[in-house]
Amino acid sequence: MLKEAIDNVLGTAAAYTERQFPQSVVSCTVPRERFVDAAKAMKKAYALLAAEWASDETPFGGGFAVYACYRWGSEYLIVRTEVPVDDPTFPSLTKKYVPAYRFERQIHSLMGLVPAGHPDLRPWIKFEDWPQEAYPLRKTFDASKPMLRVNGEYQWARAEGEGVYEIPVGPVHAGIIEPGHFRFQAVGEMIVNLEERLGYVHKGIEKRFESFSWQDGVRLAGRVSGDTTVAHSIAYSMAVEAIAQCDIPERAHWLRALFLERERIANHLGDIGAICNDAAFAFMLYQMMRLKEMLLRTNLKLFGHRFIMDRVIPGGVTADIDENGKKEILKELNLLSKEFERLVNIYDENSSLEDRVRDAGILIPERARELCTVGIVARASGLNLDCRLQNPFPPYDRFEVNVPVLISGDVHARVWARVEEIRESIRIIRFILENIPDGSLSVNIAKPSPDTSGFAAVEGWRGEIIYWVQAGPRGEINRCMVRDPSSVNWLGLEQAIPNNIVPDFPLCNKSFNQSYSGHDL
Amino acid sequence: MSGFIIEILQVMMLIGLAPMFSGWVKMLKCWSQGRSSASILQPYRDLAKLFSKDVILAENASWIFRFTPYLVFSTAVLAGGIIPMLSTDLPLSLTADVIVLVALFAIARFFTALAGMDIGTAFGGMGSSREMMIASLAEPAMLMAIFTVSLACGSTSLSRIVEVIYSPASIVKPSLVFAFIAFVLIALTETGRIPVDNPATHLELTMIHEAMILEYSGRHLALIEWAGMMKLFLFMAIGAALFAPWGIAYAGAPGSIPLAFGYLILKIGASGIVLVLIETGLAKMRLFRLTEFLGAAFLMATLGMLSFFILE
Repeated sequence: MLKEAIDNVLGTAAAYTERQFPQSVVSCTVPRERFVDAAKAMKKAYALLAAEWASDETPFGGGFAVYACYRWGSEYLIVRTEVPVDDPTFPSLTKKYVPAYRFERQIHSLMGLVPAGHPDLRPWIKFEDWPQEAYPLRKTFDASKPMLRVNGEYQWARAEGEGVYEIPVGPVHAGIIEPGHFRFQAVGEMIVNLEERLGYVHKGIEKRFESFSWQDGVRLAGRVSGDTTVAHSIAYSMAVEAIAQCDIPERAHWLRALFLERERIANHLGDIGAICNDAAFAFMLYQMMRLKEMLLRTNLKLFGHRFIMDRVIPGGVTADIDENGKKEILKELNLLSKEFERLVNIYDENSSLEDRVRDAGILIPERARELCTVGIVARASGLNLDCRLQNPFPPYDRFEVNVPVLISGDVHARVWARVEEIRESIRIIRFILENIPDGSLSVNIAKPSPDTSGFAAVEGWRGEIIYWVQAGPRGEINRCMVRDPSSVNWLGLEQAIPNNIVPDFPLCNKSFNQSYSGHDL
Repeated sequence: MSGFIIEILQVMMLIGLAPMFSGWVKMLKCWSQGRSSASILQPYRDLAKLFSKDVILAENASWIFRFTPYLVFSTAVLAGGIIPMLSTDLPLSLTADVIVLVALFAIARFFTALAGMDIGTAFGGMGSSREMMIASLAEPAMLMAIFTVSLACGSTSLSRIVEVIYSPASIVKPSLVFAFIAFVLIALTETGRIPVDNPATHLELTMIHEAMILEYSGRHLALIEWAGMMKLFLFMAIGAALFAPWGIAYAGAPGSIPLAFGYLILKIGASGIVLVLIETGLAKMRLFRLTEFLGAAFLMATLGMLSFFILE
């Protein structure tokens, strides 16, 4: 459907490629001046912007290329346009798609391509004390040398007027959390504007991928965001398996799903507790953490790592489960669901807690769609997006995943989406344990052929994680694009906060709980 | 003469036992959340740790910032001298009545708020503005509740009030019941407990009292923390003295001081249990719900006063 929409508008101007895997993800190259037309066609076809990124394709003898990935339903479509080295500009998509705002600032900061027509070209992720012309993602950039430091200043958005005052928060916080800067403009306690400043944990992950082998890259992918290690490893591995055109054993798929759902439960438990704790209801935090800890310890015992890190590799998995392990997990699930339901009851019936979580930090469905949010945040604001439904890998194609979709978009909706997902994940794990097929755990991965690209989208516990990998002229990693759900959902937080009061921010923020590391890369 | 000795004893007890009460509350809180707790003596260790650390001052901190911890600590100690915790035989209570008590707390609050703004960080100012908003609602309610009790007892002297309530002729008066309800709500507010403020939070943006003292360190912080513990102890003691004065020694009966001490420990210990039950069962209120909460306290106190005139 998306392909037809492109054809209708661009006709023969869109050149389709066969070198994008899996083939179900359509990829086409359009002339630079028609890049926005393609976006217009996508907008008309009701598609969302999933990611926008640039790749340095000088090793192929070309210039740069900018990619925009659109999605609707289970379809993904990638629009590519070439940007010559001597004129590194491309038309900005911000007028069509709001999330392009940050993607393009990032492209501008790290790859040095200028989005023409972009309203705001302040650096993003890159720091103001880095030299202007240092573009880390370009091949000409030498990552082995320390970055030079220059003097620079970040220009903040300002709200002015009688009684407006500014509250800078972070990047160092009073609690042990990741670093991020939030700048509030408030009148009294009412927030007029919130501006996020992220990038304090920029580690150059995308650049680092390029010096790894395909097999080793998964270890880095597993560390993009520590709490989502399983989902990131799976997404990376699936992208690599796609580009190498290799099928992995059925059992490996099922084990991956098992790891993924366990990760989901553990993180959701922690989140529900932490949200309640931010409303000073500490009881829930400690009880939820107790349940989470139980899961993590079982992970350590059965799979050798509390977060199941490095157990997913391109080609399969490295941890297996036997009959005793199955029994242990089933026993644990029974205990978990019993205790969890009791706690949910307490949450549900505590009116003082309800008073805090209802109607706070509302992200209205229209806004959630406009910002192309994904995952929990989207599903709490009426968007039924879940890769387990729309792009299932086995065993998710074997049963229906009942994902909860709520429309109120407030803190409660995001809590409740998590509650329902835990229930669903428990059901899924039971199904997996009962029906997991026998077979080997992994296969060897062939080296990808040059100038091909692979794509994968996996529903982590925060939401849809996208990996796009490109093989260089010698079949090595030329570019690995990581799109953590946080890359788009942070915008959702920024938009949900105005008109809330200052002391409600931590609660709203925790209900989003986006990753800093996954965003800053 | 014995009055002064009792007075000094009482102040020493306040200074010495307040951290233990704070430890007791924390201990109960841990248990109520299903955790194992630190020792009841932990607050002493925390204070010792803070006293042994250096003070770090903001560059533009003025004398107000340095002076406030000592002032806050002294007002708490002074307040301990006029509340009949062990005995009603307190020489100071002749010169300082219950209105002075409210004023002592107000002075401490005033200077804490000034100190919060003094260093010029956003959080300090934010905390000060919130604290003053709360003060403007809580202090009238507090005075109203106290006036109700004073009317019912015919005096504003705390010692006299306790003597009247504790006298064998005293009966349960509806005005005192209303005043008690108002007092509980105000005590939660004044001591910064859930559902008004969260004493254990690390979230800068939600803080009220903690936001004002965010820049304090070393012995300054120790003094403020200690004063906070004393304030909590004092409010429990005021509640115990006014609404459950059993066991407090009369003037001229210094021999019953040990017994009074035992009663006090029991009463305060029990009040800690009630406090923890409230704190564990409730989430923190949205900031602007406070007006309703303290409005309710004011209403209760007013009802108490009305019922005094109508029924008594």
